Formats: sequence, C-alpha cells, structure tokens
Amino acid sequence: MVSLKHPGNLKYSKTDEWVRLEGDQATVGITDYAQDQLGDIVYVELPWDAGQTVTVDEKFGDIESVKATSELISPLSGEVVKANAELKESPELINDYPYEKGWLFAVKIADASQLDGLMDADQYLAYLQGR
Amino acid sequence: MTTHDNIVPQLKRTPLYDQHHALGARLVEFSGWEMPVHYSGILDEHHAVRSRAGLFDVSHMGEFKVEGRDAQAFLQYLVPNDIARLAVQQALYTQLCLPDGNVIDDLLIYHLAEQHYMLVVNAGNISKDLAWVQEQAQHFPDVTVTDQSDTMALLAIQGPLAQEILQALTQVDLKELRYYHFVADRVDDINCIISRTGYTGEDGFELYCASVDVVKLWTDLLGVGKPQGLVPAGLGARDTLRLEAGLCLYGHELDEQTNPLEARLGWTIKLKKGNFIGRDALLQVKEHGPQRLLVGVELLERGVLRGGYPLYAQGQCIGNLTSGAPGPTVHKHIGMGYVEPLQATAGNQIQVEIRGKRCSAQIVALPFYKRTS
Repeated sequence: MVSLKHPGNLKYSKTDEWVRLEGDQATVGITDYAQDQLGDIVYVELPWDAGQTVTVDEKFGDIESVKATSELISPLSGEVVKANAELKESPELINDYPYEKGWLFAVKIADASQLDGLMDADQYLAYLQGR
Repeated sequence: MTTHDNIVPQLKRTPLYDQHHALGARLVEFSGWEMPVHYSGILDEHHAVRSRAGLFDVSHMGEFKVEGRDAQAFLQYLVPNDIARLAVQQALYTQLCLPDGNVIDDLLIYHLAEQHYMLVVNAGNISKDLAWVQEQAQHFPDVTVTDQSDTMALLAIQGPLAQEILQALTQVDLKELRYYHFVADRVDDINCIISRTGYTGEDGFELYCASVDVVKLWTDLLGVGKPQGLVPAGLGARDTLRLEAGLCLYGHELDEQTNPLEARLGWTIKLKKGNFIGRDALLQVKEHGPQRLLVGVELLERGVLRGGYPLYAQGQCIGNLTSGAPGPTVHKHIGMGYVEPLQATAGNQIQVEIRGKRCSAQIVALPFYKRTS
C-alpha cells in the first residue's frame, strides 16, 4: 500500500471511488488502491451518454479485470456531463493513470451536502488500513 | 504442516510462500490454498509464457504413489485410458470416473518403474480422490496407495525458451525428451522428475521434487532464466493460458455431473481395453451420443465472458459457459461451455446473457490458440 497514491486534493468513497471538485461539477474515478486490487482492467461499462443520472451509493457501471467483475458505485447523485469514451478502447488507462487519463465520468452535482459523506485522503488511508 | 482441527479453516501454503511474498505476489485463496494469482500482472505473465517463459509454483497439486504387483491391473480398472500401453518414463492424461461415467477428477499418471506409478491430481480434490482410490484398491490384493502430496513440490516452466533455460541446470539432453515423456534425474543437483508436460499450450516442463528442495530449485531457475526473460507466473495467467489452449479445468469444464465424452475427451476413453469403472455408462453415451458438448465461444461485442453465463439461440437457452476470460494472445473475449449437440457447430451464431443483456457471440472450434512451432 506504501507505493499506492491517494492525492490530498480528492475526496474518497468507501467503495473506492475518488471525486475531484470543479465548481458545481465533479469528476469521478476509481482509486489507485482499487485498480491495484482489480489487476489488469479489460472492460468498463459506464453511463456513456450525457444527461443520464447517477445516484449516490447506487451502481452506475461495471468494471472487469482479467480475473474479476465488480460493480461501480456512485459517490454522488447528479447528471452525467461526460464519460471518458477513451476507456471503451483503452480500459487499461485506469490501471496506468487512475487519477488522470483513467477518469470515469464528470457529473453535475445535484446535492452538495453529499460531499460531506466522503473521506479525505488521510481518512481513506486509515479506512484502507482497517480493512 | 496443516492442522485440520481448527474451527477456522487454515489456508495451506506451499514451501514457496515466502518467495512469492518477496516477489510481490498477490496471494488469493484457491481450493484451500493461499496461492499467487499474479506477480507483475496476469497479462504480463501470460505474454511472457507465450513469447519467452514463465515459472509456476503448482506445489498444491496432489501426488499419490501406486505400487505393487497388481498396480497395473488396478489402474487399468480405475481409469478409462489404457495403462497397459503406458511405457516406463511415459505420462498419460486420464480421469477418475464414477460408475455413472461422470468425472471425480482429471489427472496425469506417470509410469515411474515396473509396478510403480504416480498419480497427479487437482489440489482441491486430494482427499476425495485419495479416499476413492484407496477404496477401489481394496479389490486388488497387492496394491499400496500412498499420498505424497505434503512432501512433494511441483514447478512448471513453460514457454518457447523453457528448454533452453532448463538445459543450463541439467545434464539430461532435453531436446531428446518427447512430449508426455519424463526422466528422473538431477536438475540443479536436486533429484527431480523432469516431465515434458504442461497446462499452457506452450512447450515446457514440469519438475517434481522433494518439498525441502523446491526453494533452491525455484530460486536458481529464476536466476538462470532471467537473462532470457523468465518470470514468475501465477494462477491467473495459468487460467488464461489454459483457456486459450482449450484445456479443461476441474470444477469448471469437468465435475461429477459431466462425463468425458461431453467434454470431448473421447480420445482418452479406451472402451476396448476391458472393464473399468464407468465403462458401461460411457458405452451408452457413445452409442446414443452425448446430451451436450463442450464448445468454444467467442464474444462478438464489447464485454467479458465468464463461467456461468447462459447461452441462447433463437430465444431458447441452449447451455451455459463454464469458463470465460479475455484471451490476451488471441485478442478476443473467449469462453468454454456446454450446449446442445445440434447447436455445437463452429460458426453458429448465438447470444450470451451478460448481466441480463443478450450479447452476440458465436461457437468456435477449440482450441482458440495452437502454437505454431
């Protein structure tokens, strides 16, 4: 876990998604810990079309590594502004750059108070260590 | 050693546990064992085995010695393949079948010497198999069955450079060792059974040695093979490699509800050799034709195939997948499964249900991958 990165400017969910705030929008991805746990990612299913809604603590997609299938759980509610279409052809970007080119989607935040339910980097790290 | 009286079942570890840990392996539970699923990553290790070589710790596999004057007659009765044709220094793939023809386990049998054989069984089936083999041996006066699983280790070195790498550590002329043949000799000054077998679709060797020797053998093999690109490889790559090669995995393609003819293992069933356990049932299957057949399936849209997914044709369920994964060498998402014989033709367009959604797929011939050299 020492070599894994969890940047201080992001918020984290208990289901291992990260959130980057940009005004009234947020970008969502999965954490370095999550991609490391999954191993080689070979497929991701996202709300590809803008305008779809996601709901906090509910499934918004699926992610598959060579070995396993997992559900993606949304850290926030809102309307999808854009999904990372590059991941259709290159899902391994999530392994290589979980916080940059491997982002999943951007969302227009419906309820800013949901951000209070997320962890900061230190809390997330402590949460991982207790797991 | 493992104690069996704990309330929480303790996972077993091979003698190489510390080495796996030091190499950064991700360890997972597999059939009661704590085994490396990958080191650098499944895809890296898969490609290494196809292009160079990989070293697998498969010491969790079980080994039974079968000895005695009746050993050959006993094995001839125990398994459907023909033990009488198995010369000393040869290995054979076969199954343990129930009287109904279904599969208790699949295994290799090594003919070590006259009246002296070794059975190599799947880790998850060791106690079940041992009980079955010992029970059947009671019908034969001069047979001894001994479980050597705890004192024997097994490494597999697989890939196009396996011979070259292994040759550096042994006097045996490996190029003379044919597929499914073996010799007992020294590798790295360690007594081994050197067997030209494997489970990856590549050329390669399996090395059986005493558990106490395997740390040295593993370490020295990795050292001598490093310049040629030998890497440690885990069970994750072992699974994608065997899937591309169309090889059955017990618990997936084979189980106690499946007979070998359905699994297209008819080439291992010798109905003319005389009586054996399951013969009557398998004869019936052969005469009437299997009720389902193992097929390869290729996904024609985005997604990943997995064992358990249902298969459809013209809106009707025709069977299920038993395995599925990306095929890193064939660049397709592939699976194996059972379908009704009429649907089993290569090229047949079908659908697979992935999380409630029907996706286009087709039946393809097995194996998905066959090495060219």
